Amino acid sequence: MADAKRSPLAFMTSALAEAEVPDAVALRELSPRTQIDLRGEVADPAFAGTVESALRLTLPRTPNRVADAGGLLALWLGPDEWLLVGPEASDLEARLRSALSGQHVAITDVSANRTVLELGGPKAREILNKGCPLDLDPRVFGPGQCAQSILARAQLLLHQRDIEPTYHLYVRGSFAFYAASWLIDAMKEYRFAKRGGRRER
Amino acid sequence: MLLIECPWCGPRDEVEFRCGGEAHIARPQDPDALDDAAWADYVFMRTNPKGWHRERWCHSQGCRRWFNVRRSTVSHEITAVYKMGEEPPEAEGSAQ
Amino acid sequence: MNGAYRLPGKGRVDHERRLNFNFNGRRYEGLAGDTLASALLANGVVLVARSFKYHRPRGIMTAGAEEPNALVQLETGPWSEPNIRATQIELYSGLEARSVNAWPSVGFDIGALNGLFARLFVAGFYYKTFMRPKLLWERLYEPAIRRMAGMGKAPTTPDPEIYDKMHAHCDLLVVGGGPAGLAAALAGARSDARVFLVDEQNELGGSLLSRRAEIEGAPAMEWVAKAVEELEARANVTLLTRASAFGYYDHNYLGVVERRTDHIAPSRRPLIARQRLWHLRAKEVVLATGAIERPLVFADNDRPGIMLASAAQSYVNRYGLAPGKRAVVFTNNDGAYEAALDLLDAGVEVAAIVDPRSKPEGELAALARKRGIEVLASAAITATRGRKRIAAVEVMALEGDRVRGPRAWIGCDLLAMSGGWTPTVHLFCQAKGRLRYDATKACLVPDVIAQATHVTGAANGGFELAAVLGEGFAAGRAAASRAGFESPEAPPITATSYRESPLHPLWIVPSVKPLGRGHGKHFVDFQNDITAADILLAAREGYESVEHLKRYTTTGMGTDQGKLSNVNALAILSGTLGQSIPETGTTTFRAPYTPVSYGVLAGRDIGDLSDPIRITAIHEWHLERGAVFEDVGQWKRPWYFPRKNEDMAAALKRECKAVRESVGVLDASTLGKIDIQGPDAVEFLNRIYTNGWSTLTYGQSRYGMMCHEDGMVFDDGVTTRLGENRFLMTTTTGNAGPVLDWLESWLQTEWPELRVYCTSVTDQWVTVSIAGPKARKLLGELAPEIALDGESFPFMTFRQGKVAGVEARLFRVSFTGELSFEINVPSWHGLHVWEAVMATGEKHGITPYGTETMHVLRAEKGFVIVGQDTDGTVTPEDLGMGWIVSKKKDFLGRRSFARVDTARSDRKQLVGLLPDDPKEVLPEGTQLVGDANARSPMARSLMVGHVTSSYASAVLERSFALALVKGGRARIGETLYAPLVGKTVAARITEPVFFDPKNERRDG
Repeated sequence: MADAKRSPLAFMTSALAEAEVPDAVALRELSPRTQIDLRGEVADPAFAGTVESALRLTLPRTPNRVADAGGLLALWLGPDEWLLVGPEASDLEARLRSALSGQHVAITDVSANRTVLELGGPKAREILNKGCPLDLDPRVFGPGQCAQSILARAQLLLHQRDIEPTYHLYVRGSFAFYAASWLIDAMKEYRFAKRGGRRER
Repeated sequence: MLLIECPWCGPRDEVEFRCGGEAHIARPQDPDALDDAAWADYVFMRTNPKGWHRERWCHSQGCRRWFNVRRSTVSHEITAVYKMGEEPPEAEGSAQ
Repeated sequence: MNGAYRLPGKGRVDHERRLNFNFNGRRYEGLAGDTLASALLANGVVLVARSFKYHRPRGIMTAGAEEPNALVQLETGPWSEPNIRATQIELYSGLEARSVNAWPSVGFDIGALNGLFARLFVAGFYYKTFMRPKLLWERLYEPAIRRMAGMGKAPTTPDPEIYDKMHAHCDLLVVGGGPAGLAAALAGARSDARVFLVDEQNELGGSLLSRRAEIEGAPAMEWVAKAVEELEARANVTLLTRASAFGYYDHNYLGVVERRTDHIAPSRRPLIARQRLWHLRAKEVVLATGAIERPLVFADNDRPGIMLASAAQSYVNRYGLAPGKRAVVFTNNDGAYEAALDLLDAGVEVAAIVDPRSKPEGELAALARKRGIEVLASAAITATRGRKRIAAVEVMALEGDRVRGPRAWIGCDLLAMSGGWTPTVHLFCQAKGRLRYDATKACLVPDVIAQATHVTGAANGGFELAAVLGEGFAAGRAAASRAGFESPEAPPITATSYRESPLHPLWIVPSVKPLGRGHGKHFVDFQNDITAADILLAAREGYESVEHLKRYTTTGMGTDQGKLSNVNALAILSGTLGQSIPETGTTTFRAPYTPVSYGVLAGRDIGDLSDPIRITAIHEWHLERGAVFEDVGQWKRPWYFPRKNEDMAAALKRECKAVRESVGVLDASTLGKIDIQGPDAVEFLNRIYTNGWSTLTYGQSRYGMMCHEDGMVFDDGVTTRLGENRFLMTTTTGNAGPVLDWLESWLQTEWPELRVYCTSVTDQWVTVSIAGPKARKLLGELAPEIALDGESFPFMTFRQGKVAGVEARLFRVSFTGELSFEINVPSWHGLHVWEAVMATGEKHGITPYGTETMHVLRAEKGFVIVGQDTDGTVTPEDLGMGWIVSKKKDFLGRRSFARVDTARSDRKQLVGLLPDDPKEVLPEGTQLVGDANARSPMARSLMVGHVTSSYASAVLERSFALALVKGGRARIGETLYAPLVGKTVAARITEPVFFDPKNERRDG
């Protein structure tokens, strides 16, 4: 299986599943997807227009917004930087390269750079805020928004998917073990709260 | 923990940022034209005012953009945040 | 003896729920709703501690966070905690506590002998008494003082509890859940602002919990209950009880410790974080932190049974107990009359109210007289009696600042005192707010606000209930409005109110003998045993600044941080200096308001979570093979791979030999990788690196070095041209982040005209580095489609193709001096390719090696490691790498090479070292000298350099080292000496390249 992809948390799949607290929170690592870091001058119609017609997706100009065009996402990372996220076997990079050839842009395959953790459930927001200083209150941060920040001591790219809330946490591969361990630890209390668990002496 | 208004991402905790020291220190166009003292002044010497200070900050855990901040080193009040290449607003603000 | 002082049916305790507890080895019974302090008082236990210096008997003096005396060691074993205030410990069944600072027991205390030597313990006594000789201080005085002073004991076993953190944001943060805070929170809540209400008590109500006041014609607690119900029902409100706001930092950032399970017996606590540190960021903060009553400073004002009047009132009304059977009240204001009446109504005999004022004629005074309490005006308490509990007070007439007339002794077992109120302005001042002195109320009140702060209620000097409620609402509305929310106006609220006569400040209550004479002690700081005489003495000795006074006498430096003592101390200092209180000023208020445990500050950042553990995609394999790991920054890297029964030296020898003789494999994934794209990329690299990049063509790699503007080496690595406008830069493992920041800072601030984008791809790629004479053969089997011969794939070039079936980037670079290929594949294929290399390499003797072998091999070749052989003071020239410094272009740091200091010829330069004894491996960091007889400590001028890298070499069959030596290159052949413990090692200076100086091996 030469091209079988092994994700950074493949060895933790069961630990992630076991951390679930029904009706409170669940955590899993998503299967690999295509991720392209795209840089370019959005004020230049040649760039923005070309990307938009090639991908049928409008790059978000508003900071920390996500554009979603039928499963193809563009996450705002900076005033000239987006993370494009598509299905695993995607020719995204090639399409962009041919469409934008000759322009000053940067197209970088970062599919294996970050892995995506899905944290969802009524307690997901509280769990994140144990280690993330962002204001995640629904008044401030909701579906379709993303933000780069920190989770405990690791870099985090956060994308809220829905109002449950479900979050996608983009974490660098080398930090994934730490981030997952941290999340599992932060989820523990809800399991005990549910069982009314007591410490054994 | 300061609350710093990134010109792009809005207010975020200081922990997401990196301070790059005094702002508006331009690299000399022709370093060879400078004597040792003038070059050392550019490389090593920075003002350390008690009061209003213009600093470079980078939203290093966020959008990775560098920008300028006008902050009081006494009260930590921030009265202006402006992008690279922009001129600082005139008034220094009230607090010291 | 169970609950002899309990008032059946009274208070907010649950008289049906009895709880057993243990104090100083004796069993007692308390009630649900008690604190440890109230449960002890209900059992008549008054003597709970010995004082810090004189070991005088001390009792419970307060009912709150300001308690100076009743400190206990709570629980035992791993749950044990020192110096916890009994007034803030919620009672639970099975609680165990002991007095601190009382050995062998509170009742019989050897340390009380200190009282006989009291003159030794005057202000600054540590400095005066134990100065000389130094040896006696270290061997005798300090250990003895520490044992005597004691305080509690830190537990010696790990804390089994969990602590965590929570970040939260709100529009309105109200600190304090008393009448003002509740009113402010209601106003905020009705505006739809996001409101946090934080209170340190287990239930909301603040002072109303302890008073019999009425609001809107009904008991005040009914109003509280309605307010709490409304707040709880609102989704925009978060109520945090048992939560202490301990620090007010910049930009409205507050630290709050929430005690989530402290009120439950350790054995019954749910498995959730015991305490939670809230990081709260608020748009607006309303401080409704209340006020703390002040003690009066009279002779022997510290006996057990003497407490604040408000505390006595709290014990009666809130905790349903009589803190004594016969009380005397000593007060300079009307407030304590309410306490006297409450005591009376609870069945406590009130023998007298002693009031220094000539005409206490407020409504409460009239009421007291009407109820038959004797009010002694123009009078003061001048002495007290009673060893383990107060037995009587001496009352004399007061005229100005003197006492006169007959001495009357009044018997009592409770003395309730009040010297007025001090607004709790700690948080306000931490936020850099400034105070002013209110002479009428004799207290410091908030004046100039420094942040988005509102202060209301008693914290703002408002002590009248109806007004406080109104101000609280107004503060809440104003804060909400400033945060952008509109709150409806609330109708005025009526509440219990009394016409009062003004307070009369009396900072020192005189006795017959002058202060400091005779046996009576006028305590100011109870926890640190500081008397008024100590303060006067310190002032006479010249400690006139309040900050000096504090440190010289230690006033306010106990765990209570002077909540009771600070204002009295500075008023007494002002009096003796003949200046006003504002002229004297206050000491600086610093966080925390009340002690915070280290555990909650650490939160979950402990053990494996204390810092991110970064691992590569091959980590599992390393683990399975029993690699010994080394921490490199946050990365866990295999240090070496020991086989069974192999020590480190043997493993290294085997690994090194394998690379030199057959083939080894290294996980080099941790190297930083930056994808650089854009038409100006070459120009950019030319400015960043010291060497030139214009001639690098597609498919070629080049080693580069970058310096900061000071000309000192910052980082190095190989950069490869992947395409016309595209480069892949590698950085050292530790500098991946800093280098990217460095590049971005120049692109964004100085050179925005350069069309270049930088993207970190460190985690995208796994790097499998194979090195050794058989590397080409091995790779050939894994990558049959790629021509690997030296001509088709020369040194310092790059190819793309399939390796083990995976699309890969191949780089021919070498850090070992051997023929070497770095295979880069997307990280999710890393383990597969590594395993393929191991399987295919088996017949070639493939040997996985770690960072130590890599270090040895590169040092044999004289390759430096930035950060190991450099330390921020080393130029490329110092490293003997002048060849990498271009003369044809400007680049960062270039101008600095011409600075006088950088161009010196006697700078430390990189050289090799060969110890005379080939078995002697010099410790890295060893200082080198020219004099064989030099012994440490030695003059700095003797030291001529230091060892930066040092190893035993398998291929050289001897030890060797790299060193930075002053003018080292001109000294090759000389011998230097390394003075070590017990011996001096001689070593000869050599060229820094020890192996294959002509690079004949790198092409295989």
